[in-house]
Amino acid sequence: MIISMTLELKDIPGQLVLALEPISELHGNIMSVVHQHEEKTPRGTIPVQIMFEIERSRLDELTERLEKSGVRVARVGEERLRASVSVVLIGHIVHSDMGDTIDKIDSTGFAEVVGLSLSMPGIEKQSSAYLVINAVSNRELDKALDILRDVAVRKDLLLIEPIRMNLEGT
Amino acid sequence: MKTVRISLMGFGAVGQGVARTILSKDGYLKKQGIDLSIVAITDSKGSDVNEKGIDLESAISRKKQTGTVATGDMSSLDIIRNIVHDIVVDVTPTNIDSGEPGMSNMQAAFGAGKHVVTSNKGPLAMRFSELKESAEDNGLFFRYEATVAGAVPIFNLVHEALAGNTVTGIEGILNGTCNYILTRMAEERMPYELVLKEAQELGIAETDPTYDVEGIDAALKLVIIANSIFGTGATYHDVDVTGITKLTPEALELASQNNSVIKLVCEAVNGKLRVAPRLVPRRHPLAVGGTLNAASIQTDLAGRITISGKGAGSIETASSILSDIIYISRHI
Repeated sequence: MIISMTLELKDIPGQLVLALEPISELHGNIMSVVHQHEEKTPRGTIPVQIMFEIERSRLDELTERLEKSGVRVARVGEERLRASVSVVLIGHIVHSDMGDTIDKIDSTGFAEVVGLSLSMPGIEKQSSAYLVINAVSNRELDKALDILRDVAVRKDLLLIEPIRMNLEGT
Repeated sequence: MKTVRISLMGFGAVGQGVARTILSKDGYLKKQGIDLSIVAITDSKGSDVNEKGIDLESAISRKKQTGTVATGDMSSLDIIRNIVHDIVVDVTPTNIDSGEPGMSNMQAAFGAGKHVVTSNKGPLAMRFSELKESAEDNGLFFRYEATVAGAVPIFNLVHEALAGNTVTGIEGILNGTCNYILTRMAEERMPYELVLKEAQELGIAETDPTYDVEGIDAALKLVIIANSIFGTGATYHDVDVTGITKLTPEALELASQNNSVIKLVCEAVNGKLRVAPRLVPRRHPLAVGGTLNAASIQTDLAGRITISGKGAGSIETASSILSDIIYISRHI
């Protein structure tokens, strides 16, 4: 799961490492850190927004470790996949291991295939699939598309991407 | 009244369209203070030259009856070099291997101090910068609105109306044949091969459709856009091209169920040129149907501007050519 967490650090050197270390120790994958040094809280602490991927079962332990080391956990939330893109694939989709194609996206941790419609007109004929991919942000979405482009070339599938302005959301 | 003398290189569908348009717009042009006089017309069999101005009605009917406009055999290059006139209008057929005869005509025109208006993609897709430099070195106009998207004024829009803007990207539907095929496949759920046959019977697709359906024509137009608007010195080999031959009716159906269409989209963004089938939201202004063309231009000041219209047809193409002729006439 992808977690966004607001931490409050004491305004003394070495605090950020103190906050990030337990995430790595618990095999979390840090995706972004926003350190707002100029925005102190009324308590005199410095808020830091961290986004990372971690196994659900390890979240409680992480919170515990952070609090123990003096880092205040002000907010914990599961990050929704906010960006979305749809693509069409044409070719021998099923026989080129559909599951593997989807896994390539899902295993990134920052994007996943959330919709799939498949049309198979005949055994010998090429199939067509409509895939919806969600990701944390447009940047991750671009990375997911890169992976898909690579998979399409290797499996000889035609990948139909959306027009760019759609990605821009303009 | 300003008399502007023109030679017309090529007298096929587009050339005759230009002649008809100049005839029908005579009153309009005179009101603008412009008297267009065609002093020479050529086709593949010969030429007609009259320094006092050719009677266009009889030239058109002669072409219809005898298959040629020729009354003599003065060559195109001789006409360009030796007959007194202002603008060479080159509407010879596009050849993407040699660029001829358009390339030689244009080079001769600039050498002889004549402005050029053209609808011929070949020379521009092959050697755009060379032609542009040649025009600039000689202080001559080089106008080519009709080379891309027929009647749709992409270059006028960007260079004149949007002057001052920096264009950051362009996406376009620039091949009417592909757009017709994709539109029919989506509407009728027919396979590609069947729709292609239908398009060939209607004269929308050529007997050998390769040039259109493999995205080559669209890529050439994208190259001209990239050169004209971004000045990149790009050639056909810089374009990543995927055609429409592998598209299935099922793919179009799936797109449709999700409120999208699949279009052959030309894209010039971040210095990359790409022609490929793309998903376009159905309500998006680029989602034009039938043989229509469209271009969507992203700019820094004006934001995004999208125009669409007829990408082919002799009178529609003549519209762009006439607009270029009038532009030059006003500035000389």
